[in-house]
Amino acid sequence: MSQWPFVIGAYAVAVLLTAALFAWAYVSMRRAEAAADELIRK
Amino acid sequence: MHAFANPARFLKIAKPATTWLLLVGLALTAIGLLAGLTLTPPDYLQGETVRILYIHVPSAWLGMAGWMGIAAASVSQLVWRHPLAAVAGRATAPAGATFAAICLITGSIWGRPTWGTWWEWDGRLTSMLVLFFLYLGYIALASAERERGGEGRITAIYGLVGAINLPIIHYSVLWWRTLHQGESIGINGSSIDKSILWPLPLTVIGFTCLFGAAVLMRIRAELAETKVEARMRRMSR
Repeated sequence: MSQWPFVIGAYAVAVLLTAALFAWAYVSMRRAEAAADELIRK
Repeated sequence: MHAFANPARFLKIAKPATTWLLLVGLALTAIGLLAGLTLTPPDYLQGETVRILYIHVPSAWLGMAGWMGIAAASVSQLVWRHPLAAVAGRATAPAGATFAAICLITGSIWGRPTWGTWWEWDGRLTSMLVLFFLYLGYIALASAERERGGEGRITAIYGLVGAINLPIIHYSVLWWRTLHQGESIGINGSSIDKSILWPLPLTVIGFTCLFGAAVLMRIRAELAETKVEARMRRMSR
C-alpha cells in the first residue's frame, strides 16, 4: 500500500482548513472595519 | 496586560502585528512543510507517513494552546475584569477549534496505514475529540450570551471548567497505555532522529504565528463590530 496518498491527504486537509479559517477571519475583519470607518465618516 | 485595556492602544499594536505574524507564519510554515515533504528521509518503521508529524504536532499544540488562552482570558475577565478578555476568548475559540479538527483528522489519516484503523477510542484520541466538542460548546455559548447582551461571565466560567481537559489530554498516554504512543518530545530531548525532527520547530513556530494572526483578525473584527453597535445605539436615541 502506497503511503503517499495518506501524506498528501493530510497536508491537503491542513492547508484547506487553515486557508478557510484565514479567509473567514480576514473577510469578517475587513467587513467590520469598513462598516466602522463608514459610520465614522457619516 | 492593563496597558492594552484601551482598544485604541491595542489596535495600534495589533494592526502591524497581524501583518508580521501572517508573513512570518506563512514563510516558516511553507519552508517547514516543503522540507518535511522533500528533504527528510522516511522513517525506518513508519515509512513516508512520518511526514504527517509536521502538521499533526503543531495542530495538537495549537488545539491545546488555544484553550490555555481561553482559560487565561477567562481568569483575566473574572478576576481583573479586563475589557478585552471576553473578546480575546471569543476570538481564540474558532482558531483553536480549527486546529483541534486538523489534529484529529490528520491523526486519523496517519492511523490508517500505521495502526490499521481510522479511529480507536484510545485515551488521547477521545480526550482530543472532547476538546473539539468543548470548543464548539464555547463558540455556541459565547455567541448566545453576546446576543443576549451578557457580560460573558457564564462563558468565562465554562472556559475555566473546560481547562480540566488539558492535563487529561497531556497525561492520557501515561494513564491509559492503549494505542497512541507515549511522549516523543519532552524537555530533556526527543526520541525522534534529528534528520527527521529538524523541520518540526519551523512548522510549530510558523503555525503558531498563523494562529496568532487569525486571533488578532477576529479581535479586530469584534472591536469594529462593537464600535458600530455602540454608535448605532447612540444614533437611535
